[in-house]
Order: sequence, then C-alpha cells, then structure tokens
Amino acid sequence: MTGILPITLEDATKVVQAFLYSGKEYVCVMKLHGDVKEEQIKPVLKEFEDEIYQRPPLRSSVKRQLRTRRIYYIDYLELDGRNVLFKVGCEAGTYIRKLCFDIGEILGVGAHMQELRRTRSGSFIETSSTKVTLHDVAYWFGEWEQKKDEAILHKFIEPMENALTLLPKIVVRDSAVDALCHGANLTAPGVLSVEAGIEKGSILTIFTLKGEAVALAKALASTEEMLTLKHGAVAALERVLMLRGTYPKVWKSGNVNEQRQ
Amino acid sequence: MPRIIPPWEIKRELLTKAEDTTNPKYGHRPSERPAKEYIQYGTINLDKPAGPTSHEVAAWVKKIMHLNNIGHGGTLEA
Repeated sequence: MTGILPITLEDATKVVQAFLYSGKEYVCVMKLHGDVKEEQIKPVLKEFEDEIYQRPPLRSSVKRQLRTRRIYYIDYLELDGRNVLFKVGCEAGTYIRKLCFDIGEILGVGAHMQELRRTRSGSFIETSSTKVTLHDVAYWFGEWEQKKDEAILHKFIEPMENALTLLPKIVVRDSAVDALCHGANLTAPGVLSVEAGIEKGSILTIFTLKGEAVALAKALASTEEMLTLKHGAVAALERVLMLRGTYPKVWKSGNVNEQRQ
Repeated sequence: MPRIIPPWEIKRELLTKAEDTTNPKYGHRPSERPAKEYIQYGTINLDKPAGPTSHEVAAWVKKIMHLNNIGHGGTLEA
C-alpha cells in the first residue's frame, strides 16, 4: 500500500492520538471475479455510501467483533475489464479489503482488493504543497544541514497545529496557558473564543492567541455553556502539548510575573 | 440515506466570548518558530512508497533527521 502517511517529529508525536481517529480517503483498484457491466456496478457502489457492518479480518490487531463504520462517499472512476477503479472516503478503521469483498458479494461474482493508495489521512492530503517522498526528505534535510536557511525546513515540515484542524477548538488567554501546561482543567474565565457545535464529551484542541496548540482536551460543557458560564471547569485535559514555562505562571490574583512571597 | 458529511467538510464558526491581547515576549506563532522548535513540533506529510512497512519508513526518517522521537498516524500495509 502506498500513499499519505503522516509523520510526527519529536514532541509533535503527542498529537498522534488526535489523527488516528480521523477520516481517510483512498483510491482503490477492485478486481472482480466475473464480468459485470458498468451500469450494474455504479448503483451497487452507491449502496455502500452508508453506515456499514464490518468485522476486522483474521490478521488484525483489534478485537474481532462486529462493528459499524461510515463510508462518507464512494466515487466510481473507471472500469477496465474486470478492474474497477474507485475513490472512497471513510471513517478511520474501515477495512477497504472487506469493503471490496462485500461489494463483490452483492454483485454476485465476488471481488478482491487489488491495489490501494491512501490519498487523505485527516487533514493530510495528497495535493498539499508540502507532501514529500522519502527522497525529498533526504534531499531537503541535506539542503538544510548545508545551508542552514530556515525557509528550507518549511518546504517539507509543517507545524503540528495543521494536523489538528479537524478538531473543534477553544482559544484561551495568555494567563490561562501555563496552568493548562501543568495539567489543570480549563476554567470559564480563561476562555476567549469557542467553535460552534461542541458537545459535552467532545475532544477538542486548546490554542493560544498566537495559534499555538496548548493541549488536547475533553469538553465538560457545550459551546453555548462555555460562552455563558462565568465560573467552573469547561474542559478536562487529555494531553498537554506545550512545554511548561513557555508562558509565565500566573498566580491567583491574575497578575503576570507577580513574585510568590 | 442522506449523504454523511466527511469531517473535513464540516465548517465550524468561531464564536467570541471575550477579547484579549497576547504578549509577544512569550511563545511563537507556529510558522515563526525558530528552527530547532520548528522541527520539535513539526509533522511531515509523507507519500509512502510500496515495500517498507510504515514503521520502517518512520524509523528511516528518524535516522536521517537525527531525531530522538518519531511517530506516525495510521499504519499503511507494506
């Protein structure tokens, strides 16, 4: 299998959990075990644009129980003999191999997944200007070591914040940041902005006004509550992303840099 | 069944509760991080070749970039 594989460098590895659950997109070649006309194939593919049942295959690392997965879309692309080319957008953990098998069953002739290429993993897409091959990484890193021009790093590395764009976000005051870096819950007064649609229990990212990711957190309130509440915890930390001390400690009085007596 | 919206097509409005300024003395805008930090909090959008496993590919990047830690999002079979 080839295609988009997000790589996290050093401390950015802390964000991996955020995009393991993100949606994916693939381009797939499915080999039919019999001849089927295009007019029959297209509607069957469309049938699978739904919540489907899947049991993980024998060779898998997850518990083999029946579960559902959402297929966001299946776009038929081309038929060449018994090879069907299609694009599919789906929830994380969808087995395309099993999808091909099931499509083959419905078509009556049987089918298997011949080839698969991932064209999207969360916010990482194939058409991105920073998408690179291993050769590119070796080339650009070599250029960087030689020329020490920081612009070179931007050619093949992106800030980890770009990997978090699919999660809802909350922006907080500078004065709230360091406490969050120490694992404290986010409280109502620290909130500056909240994205619409957050529900209690949603995973979200907390950002500074400069756009830096502070932490991954779980909402303890909805967007509406966060906007109106004056006190209380609004989010519980799941994973701290920012280094402690990046922003100054703020004591109870709220004065930045006030010395503790 | 109505079309399920893929997560990357969902648009959420950012609603403001309060306004404040940020002190330029602390932190950096992600795109303005100095080199060492830029790498330390960076990701690579890699187009994996056929052959090596995802783990092998990540280990290879770790080696050529002399990193202490590497991770990858979602295994692609070799």
